[in-house]
Amino acid sequence: MEPYPKAYLYKRIVQAKLFMDKHFAERIDLAKICWEASFSKFHFIRLFKEVYGATPKAYLSKLRIEHAAQLLDQGMPVADACMNAGFESIPTFSHAFRKQVGKTPAAYRKARAERLQSMMEEPMDHIPNCYAVWLGWQIEDRNPG
Amino acid sequence: MIARITHLSVFVLDQDQALDFYVNKLGFKKHTDIPMHGGGRWLTVTPPEQPELEVALMPTAPWGPWNEENAAIMRGLVQQGLFGFGAFKCKDVRATYEELHAKGVEFPMPPTQQPYGIIAVLKDNSGNSFSLSELEPKRGKDSNS
Repeated sequence: MEPYPKAYLYKRIVQAKLFMDKHFAERIDLAKICWEASFSKFHFIRLFKEVYGATPKAYLSKLRIEHAAQLLDQGMPVADACMNAGFESIPTFSHAFRKQVGKTPAAYRKARAERLQSMMEEPMDHIPNCYAVWLGWQIEDRNPG
Repeated sequence: MIARITHLSVFVLDQDQALDFYVNKLGFKKHTDIPMHGGGRWLTVTPPEQPELEVALMPTAPWGPWNEENAAIMRGLVQQGLFGFGAFKCKDVRATYEELHAKGVEFPMPPTQQPYGIIAVLKDNSGNSFSLSELEPKRGKDSNS
């Protein structure tokens, strides 16, 4: 017995979404996903948008940008982050990144590096004072001796 | 006059395991991670679509103002599910349930239709419980028909 009405439909949509979550950096063939999930392309796009609020294509782009942002957080060069996230050209990547994040990939990478540096040098700037004082916390000495 | 909440705390049994759960299962993003004197960390995550709200994953270990006795009491309460409660919103409870269930998240209550909308209850890997409801509740009707 299904736990709720149309659970089978949700399971298929979610499986397709999880497939995209796992393989977003590869060339994803939407028709293949539809076939494996036993949906027509039209039906799949409609249901996906109803459940997740975005078309599969838009969701895939969002996933790739988020992954690229994580790579930029780690200091990866923009061109490498672009390729690793599944984009085929830097202009396409930069345009999509700026649209979603509000900054160019290079500006985002610089801002994140500055934040990390600040977290290392002035950690108390990143912890609400009330917490730190109330709990009697002290920052670990990163340069003992 | 108070304007906004910027930080909330969730007490967890193990910060590393909690970080893995909140990021890799629930889809939160790691925000700040600063080692503190005595072995703890100021560790915060943000909900996927609410980057301005930091959730501090607080250790239940004897450090700072916490002695062994108090920490043990807190660990016991958290483990038994008697301490932490919260409420999450999502676009679609059933799809979120299917995805998190597939990732191994424990649901004491699967999606259940109530007069005010569909509700589910999940537990984090420390024992804290969270209800899950929809941003725009579908009252008493099945979607995806």
